[in-house]
Amino acid sequence: MSRGFIVRRILLFFVIVWAAASINFFIPRLATGRDPIREKLGQLAASGGLRQEGVEAMVKAYQVKFGLDKPLYVQYLHFLADTSRFDLGYSLANYPTRVDQMIGNAMPWTIGLLLVATLMGFSAGTLMGALAAWPRAPTLFKRSVIPLMTLSAIPPYLLGLVVLYFLGLQWKLFPLSGGYSAGTLVGFRLDFILDVLHHSTLPALAIVMQSMGFWALGMRGMMVSTVGEDYIALAQANGLRRPTIFLRYAVRNAFLPQFTALGLSLAFVVTGQVIVEVIFAYPGIGTLLFRAIQSSDYTVINGIVFITILSIGLVTLIMDLTYPLLDPRISHQRHN
Amino acid sequence: MLSAGLAVMALILLFAFAGPIFVDTNMAEPLSATPRQAPSAEHPFGTDDSGRDLLAVMVVGVPLTLRIGFIAGAVGLGVGIFLGFLSGYVGGKVDAVIRGTVDTLLTVPGLVVLISIASTIREEISVNLMAMVVASLAWMWPTRTIRSQVLTLRERAYVHMAKLNGMNTMEIIWKELFPNLLPYLAANLAGAVSWAVLAAIGLEALGLGPQNEPTVGMTIYWSITFSALIRGMWWWWALPIVFLALLFVSLIMIAAGLDELANPKQRKAV
Repeated sequence: MSRGFIVRRILLFFVIVWAAASINFFIPRLATGRDPIREKLGQLAASGGLRQEGVEAMVKAYQVKFGLDKPLYVQYLHFLADTSRFDLGYSLANYPTRVDQMIGNAMPWTIGLLLVATLMGFSAGTLMGALAAWPRAPTLFKRSVIPLMTLSAIPPYLLGLVVLYFLGLQWKLFPLSGGYSAGTLVGFRLDFILDVLHHSTLPALAIVMQSMGFWALGMRGMMVSTVGEDYIALAQANGLRRPTIFLRYAVRNAFLPQFTALGLSLAFVVTGQVIVEVIFAYPGIGTLLFRAIQSSDYTVINGIVFITILSIGLVTLIMDLTYPLLDPRISHQRHN
Repeated sequence: MLSAGLAVMALILLFAFAGPIFVDTNMAEPLSATPRQAPSAEHPFGTDDSGRDLLAVMVVGVPLTLRIGFIAGAVGLGVGIFLGFLSGYVGGKVDAVIRGTVDTLLTVPGLVVLISIASTIREEISVNLMAMVVASLAWMWPTRTIRSQVLTLRERAYVHMAKLNGMNTMEIIWKELFPNLLPYLAANLAGAVSWAVLAAIGLEALGLGPQNEPTVGMTIYWSITFSALIRGMWWWWALPIVFLALLFVSLIMIAAGLDELANPKQRKAV
């Protein structure tokens, strides 16, 4: 890996982060010519309430940085300075709470759910896809292609509504919403962990069903061409056992592109499946975002937009830098 | 595969265009029927909380959702064709800039950016504006795939032949490259429409859609907002799901079928 590549790749990361921060600043001002945060603050200050003093202090601080008497570039520089210090401000709807606190509380829930669901969907789907293309596999797997394709085409939140209706509402096997039972103490104890698992089974199932189809189709496509390769025929002629040929010769070679794609989808673990979380009222980033949209809480919306783009940028950066270590065939040097 | 996909699509279009002949679309307005009724002979798909007949809601909503998908998909593909051909055929610095921009933008999660856009213009959003918001991110993937196709076609013998015969760049693109890419572009259109509907439904399910239009996504949003699921009103959300499942499956089948036409090599794989 050349030093030039590393430097360029890291520069690209900063460009992405800068662009992500600027989206939050420019989109509202360009789209409507208004500043929604200022308007919401105006409403808050006018309506009065319990924490009036705090709100007034917040309005004052906002005026100093983003007042209309300041030219746009000064406002922008203030904004960049705040963002680079991860100062995302206070939530407009729940005043004394800071945005980074709210995101920090929600993030582990989303990452936990998505990480497990992604890995489960990946393993099950890859195995199904490999068997669907393996000539010796039971015909059941060959017939599964059309159902898997159908599943992969339906967004997981729609599957979520269906599993929630049957498994949650009709058969009462799983709780209908939330991340844990109301009234339980949060902590690392066995009963709490089991409770959390019980609650996250349905949202995970919805995500796994859809992603399984996606992974199976990809793996099947790779396997079909691998099975036709000469080295498979040679391995058969040499009298190797079939499971050995399947695992060590066919799957192993067809697996690499799947692995690359897995890396990419792991990057999106932080965004989560926003609408799946909303449907299950799961206490992650998605539900937080939904509530913020409902209450026009622009500082929280902006914070989530920024943090997700930042984390995805970071994960893709790490992946790009470590790929050559995983697969020696990839190198970032230029070949002439 | 292609014909099955087209058949399902034809059914959907038939429902959208012939539906208003058989169903009174006025019933899609609030307070036009008794609220919260299960499916019956009078209301085959029941009514929702505000007294709208859900069959009528679907008859009005399906064309709106299709319109968002097709406008955004067509705009995305159009921009993708323009930039893809420019980047792939002209090459050089133009290519470097376009490719760099697309690769950078593709790493940014689309839904999150769309949420940021849509939440600032939430009050004034209409069906057409919704389509444009979605279209603003629908061009990157087509640009990238069309560019790579143009790169391989550019070096074919018949293109060199046309060059030697004195055709200019525009003529070569229009008469030689474009016809050869047609099935591929059609497959791309199906993909772009599917992406656009998915993005639009996603925004709408979060409440960031046209507030006064009964699009399929907004129907899902209202059913989530009024907890239709927990209250056992399955007819409220089941119909939109069936429609979306049919739509996505038909689009994926059309795209896969056209891909087969465009790449004969893949035929043996199926």
